[in-house]
Amino acid sequence: MSLSVKHLLGIKELNQQDIQTVFRTADNFKQVLQRPIKKVPTLRDTTIANIFFENSTRTRISFELAEKRLSADVINFSASGSSVSKGETLIDTVNNILAMKVDMVVMRHSASGAPWFLSRHIDASIINAGDGTNEHPTQALLDAYSMREKLGNLKGKRVAIIGDIMHSRVALSNIFCLQKLGAEVMVAGPPTLIPKHIESLGVKPEYDVKKALAWCDVANVLRIQLERQHKPLFSTLREYALYYGINSDMLRSLEKEIVIMHPGPINRGVEINSDVADSGQSIILDQVQNGVAIRMAVIYLLSGKPTELGE
Amino acid sequence: MKTLLDYDQLNITIQRLAHQITESHYSFADIAIIGLQPRGVRFANRITQLVESISGQHVPHGALDITFYRDDVHTGDILVPSETDISFSVSDRTVILVDDVLHTGRTVRAAMDALLDFGRPQNVELMVLIDRHYSRELPIQPDYVGRTVDTIITQKVVVHWAEKDGKDEVILID
Repeated sequence: MSLSVKHLLGIKELNQQDIQTVFRTADNFKQVLQRPIKKVPTLRDTTIANIFFENSTRTRISFELAEKRLSADVINFSASGSSVSKGETLIDTVNNILAMKVDMVVMRHSASGAPWFLSRHIDASIINAGDGTNEHPTQALLDAYSMREKLGNLKGKRVAIIGDIMHSRVALSNIFCLQKLGAEVMVAGPPTLIPKHIESLGVKPEYDVKKALAWCDVANVLRIQLERQHKPLFSTLREYALYYGINSDMLRSLEKEIVIMHPGPINRGVEINSDVADSGQSIILDQVQNGVAIRMAVIYLLSGKPTELGE
Repeated sequence: MKTLLDYDQLNITIQRLAHQITESHYSFADIAIIGLQPRGVRFANRITQLVESISGQHVPHGALDITFYRDDVHTGDILVPSETDISFSVSDRTVILVDDVLHTGRTVRAAMDALLDFGRPQNVELMVLIDRHYSRELPIQPDYVGRTVDTIITQKVVVHWAEKDGKDEVILID
């Protein structure tokens, strides 16, 4: 069966079966992407708008490619150079786009909760491509999918999310997703970048990155989001790199080989060194590759119109 | 509910179909048997085993899922696909598509589209266990037929396999 939700707003609203359904469907799309003809005609009758109120390279390209591989028609909208700068509201902007017969909206917005707000006012299915510091559900799905590909079932596996937890929507979505799949989650980084009361989500905070690395099977390293830090939360990038950056010496000192992930874009030499990011333990490029298959799966599974009959 | 083929009849029919394929192809160097997911795959496996034992040759076989090629993606339920497994090149081969029941012909139409995305077969043939007569919505006819039955649209033909359902039989449900 398909998903229990009409929109993909956050991982919080999915159940474990939904996540497994996305993975199973993504397995099929991954196979499609390895064929000489890398597309299927499934969504020939569907038009999808990618509405990005905030910058993005990877996510936007990944969504666009996923849509094109499904044969959907795609329109791209970015806030810069649009009527948003003339003062148009979010609902008006989206309704104007939908008036041109668009079936689905992929939206990134700098305000946390924007897709939930929008979902109360429009009929089309919405996929959240990142809202403020809240959720980034497709990233979490592709992260968990990539971990599962590498390690098998995630039940009981230990995942450390390291870096700027405070400003990261990837962290929150990852925590929800991994916990729903039965993994144990730890967050690590400087105390100023780890939100207070994070324990209430059932994750362990750790302020010593080396300890976190020794504990985990997978380290998902996050970018330092300077653009969201309105006041200084550590003294210099150099100091951050020295105390919290991951380098190959740290990995060599561990007893086991752990998997290294990063959602990108990477600040090389800050949160992660090149010798780690480009090492055999890193699955950073697998993450990017799996992103297209995961997004194809999500789009496909949400593309259904209301139905009365079926076998 | 009515039994269309019981255990003995079903197995005789499968034997006959396997012999028919062997007779019309003789050499299996450029042949492949592909079962359509979900219910054509078991039938295809049975046929492949028999053809291999009759001909003494290896016959490449696989499974094809047509979910992404359906023409009713947005009128029916969104289906979670089954596995596609084609581990050989279909180009320049004769591909025998195998399904349990041929009804409207729409699944076979989708299967041909899906197959062509894997390459350009020399020929495509169609084998079905049950051909539901008079219910075709597309101009598609099978090359090998187990049994032709007259049915009305509200009836349903179900093929049971011992591996999954406990016994081999074909039934008609009103």
